Amino acid sequence: MSDNHGHHESLAHESHGHHDEHHHEEHWVSKYVFSMDHKTISRQFLITAVIMAFLAMMMSFIFRLQLAWPGEHFAIINFIMGDKWGKDGVLDPGMYMALVTIHGTIMVFMVLTGGLSGTFSNLLIPYQIGARDMASGFLNMLSYWFFFLSSVIMISAFFIETGPASGGWTVYPPLSALPQAMDGSRLGMTFWLVSMSLFIVSSLLGGLNYIVTIVNLRTKGMSMTRLPLTIWAFLVTAILGVLSFPVLLSAALLLIFDRSFGTSFYLSDIYIGGQALEQTGGSPILFEHLFWFLGHPEVYIIILPALGITSEIISVNSRKPIFGYRAMIGSIMAIGFLSFIVWGHHMFLTGMNPFLGSVFVFTTLLIAIPSAVKAFNYITTLWKGNIQYTPAMLFAIGLVSTFISGGLTGIILADSALDINVHDTYFVVAHFHIVMGVSAILGMCAGVYHWYPKLFLRHMNKKLGYIHFWGTFISAYGVFFPMHFLGLAGVPRRYYSNSAFPMFDNLVNINIFITCFAILAALVQVVFLFNFFYSMFRGPKSVQNPWNANTLEWTTPMAHTHGNWPGALPVVHRWPYDYSKPGKDFDFVQQTVPLAEGELDGGGH
Amino acid sequence: MIKFLVYIAIILTALAIGYLVRILELSASLKGAKPEVVTDKDNKTQAKLMLLFLFAFFAFTTWNLIEFIPKMLPVAASEHGVAIDFLFNFNMLIIFIVFAITHFLLFYFAFKYYGRKDRVATFLAHDNKLEMIWTVIPAIVLAVIIIFGLRTWNKITSDPNPASTLVEIYGKQFDWTARFAGTDNKLGKSNYRLISSTNDLGLDSTSAEGMDDILVKNEIHLPVNKEVAFNFRSRDVIHSAYFPHFRAQMNIVPGMTTMFHFTPTITTAEMRKNPDVIRQMKEINAIRQEKAKKEGRTETPVEFDYILLCNKICGVSHYNMQMTIVIDSEEDYKKWLSSKKPFFNKATASLESKNIQIAEKK
Repeated sequence: MSDNHGHHESLAHESHGHHDEHHHEEHWVSKYVFSMDHKTISRQFLITAVIMAFLAMMMSFIFRLQLAWPGEHFAIINFIMGDKWGKDGVLDPGMYMALVTIHGTIMVFMVLTGGLSGTFSNLLIPYQIGARDMASGFLNMLSYWFFFLSSVIMISAFFIETGPASGGWTVYPPLSALPQAMDGSRLGMTFWLVSMSLFIVSSLLGGLNYIVTIVNLRTKGMSMTRLPLTIWAFLVTAILGVLSFPVLLSAALLLIFDRSFGTSFYLSDIYIGGQALEQTGGSPILFEHLFWFLGHPEVYIIILPALGITSEIISVNSRKPIFGYRAMIGSIMAIGFLSFIVWGHHMFLTGMNPFLGSVFVFTTLLIAIPSAVKAFNYITTLWKGNIQYTPAMLFAIGLVSTFISGGLTGIILADSALDINVHDTYFVVAHFHIVMGVSAILGMCAGVYHWYPKLFLRHMNKKLGYIHFWGTFISAYGVFFPMHFLGLAGVPRRYYSNSAFPMFDNLVNINIFITCFAILAALVQVVFLFNFFYSMFRGPKSVQNPWNANTLEWTTPMAHTHGNWPGALPVVHRWPYDYSKPGKDFDFVQQTVPLAEGELDGGGH
Repeated sequence: MIKFLVYIAIILTALAIGYLVRILELSASLKGAKPEVVTDKDNKTQAKLMLLFLFAFFAFTTWNLIEFIPKMLPVAASEHGVAIDFLFNFNMLIIFIVFAITHFLLFYFAFKYYGRKDRVATFLAHDNKLEMIWTVIPAIVLAVIIIFGLRTWNKITSDPNPASTLVEIYGKQFDWTARFAGTDNKLGKSNYRLISSTNDLGLDSTSAEGMDDILVKNEIHLPVNKEVAFNFRSRDVIHSAYFPHFRAQMNIVPGMTTMFHFTPTITTAEMRKNPDVIRQMKEINAIRQEKAKKEGRTETPVEFDYILLCNKICGVSHYNMQMTIVIDSEEDYKKWLSSKKPFFNKATASLESKNIQIAEKK
């Protein structure tokens, strides 16, 4: 083992020395554009994700206007969507479908998978394990540029005549397979499939890199049980991605075949557009299985990094060790494992064998146990802490709240008998937005505020951060909490308007209430956007370890240098959570500080 | 021109905020404060906000319950629906208890342990006993939830009674057709290749069981207190037949037949006399009248009806794919059904069989 480490170090030294000679000659293209440095790639992911998130939020703003005031004329809808899709300021029904589809796709994949993992895995894995960079800088660079290309293609579908894909982010065939079924299944769907295929390539390149780096490039003394929980979360996330994304790629590939080459993997006995199709023998259920075999691990690919970030931030700012470090690792692994055997709970009502449904009920509800352990451990970490309310800490506490309240309604949806009545209603929309969407966004914001000094060497404005948190947190509940009740009133999701059914007429006020909070949420994000871009250039400069944290990234100088540490790689002597340890001079002890005589590591003292 | 002005306004606003923040930062640095460092004062303020949020959130939850529960679906109108509602309320009770306890602890701790210069946090890394408790207790509660849930699920998905009324619901973009199995209670064969402008469902006229099948659109009647077994078929894409008042739903998948069965227990007439329904309909009609008045048209009041709607995205008009369901007494149902004619009469049947022969030759 020690030989191995020695080998890495000498290699790293060589590359470092080599790099020094050319330091001032680096071309801006290789420095900022086709960079292979993990810090630059991390910033590229983050900025792309912020822009994509803003676009997806604008889409939700437009369809929320339609839902609250169906048929009203809004100049702004005409302004943004033009005469074709927003004639007289009324949103076109086909475009409504497209907006919800692309909003979902961008948020799930581009923002909360690519953006979240891409930013923080890239930034923190080399920094926190004590590595000079990712195992393969070149693959890492490719990972970003595939992601970029995929994002551009996804957005460019708005500029083609028939509009983007509009069959929902789950793109179930036959709707998505048959151009006759709707305009969104024409060229726009091809764009979606191409974009997603590129995205999967990006995700795989990134994921393999993260795994290899964590397994091989940990510095001397950084054993697996001394890794910060962020790294554990990124590791399990990357493994989930590597195992499940290829399945989505195969699903997409078969769909491309069905769409373009007349195969019938998903199609059978269909009469559409005045003719009976030749395809027989396929089944859309196959697609649903393939899709959710990725789709369910995918929600954990989204939430695990956010939970890892939260673990770190809550511990640092409570000035306490994270409670139950090993239980946290155990629950991350349990959640990761279980996430592969629960996908059928999305399909209780597809005509699947009811017994199979029972199995999925059982496995799904099991996930509540490790999730409960995590929630209780966060709460206990706050207990008797000395809580420092940085904006990051606020967001982390917000995540714990939404993770609990969104997770609890999952108990209803996992229960197949109850799912019969709430499946595909707004109850589901409320559930997954709170537990996965809002939680992951809050986690991502927490990470941005906390590691901004490492990303851009400066601080974001604290007061604007407070405004951003409370505005976001309150309006997130204001938007999604009442949606549970819409679902219980029987309102289906993905309806352009509820006015076709008199029974939904008394729910109009709830929709107006929701839209008002959605507008507030959007306005508050403008504050964030301003703070984010402004602080990049004008924010106050950060000191080396602004939060008095223990992990290795805060031992690097406040500059973006290749190789991260100017001298030798740091050597790790202890776990990362020695905060407020009795008998120490300060309330933090960095991982590089050797253990005193008789001192116990890993929480003992 | 307006677009140009909007852009200018956006840029100016951004600049204004920029200068404002700059001024704030400069004035803070003049006072000697580092704007990014969290002070004890910040901690105290945020801690108080945490406590305030706790109360506000509980108040908001209560307000939601009081305000919105009266707008929820009325009492379940089917046998298994009552079981689902009971199970739902049981689970919801557990959820609310956990929600209240965890949120109280989370925000109360966040309030109580805010950072002060003179305090030191307690070094507590783990406690096996505590962790055991909150692993085992959720496990026991979940076991109860799973057992109750699966018992209800197994009952609902058990095989239908052979004597139940057989009805096929056929979905296509964007409407429903119901096919009643007729006197033999058996559905005739169908084939999607037989679909034509005169044969919407592609029914096979050579199938003896299909001779008495009755097709109905827009509104179907079903008998009360008698089990109905539904078969579902789709012509084009996936739909989902959702009967919210009966707590029943099943996806409709092209290329296969899916099934669901339930027993309606309340007739439409009875449901219209339910006090909750009367109150809801009054509110709905008042809203509709007001809207009509604003738009300068007259509006006749609507009455309560059971409905079937589509609950799986199926295309542009997904939001308007409906069928009315009327639950009748047994006699009324029979009377209604006898007024309907079977799809095939002798003339069309022979025509259809000729068509099939032609199709087979091809």
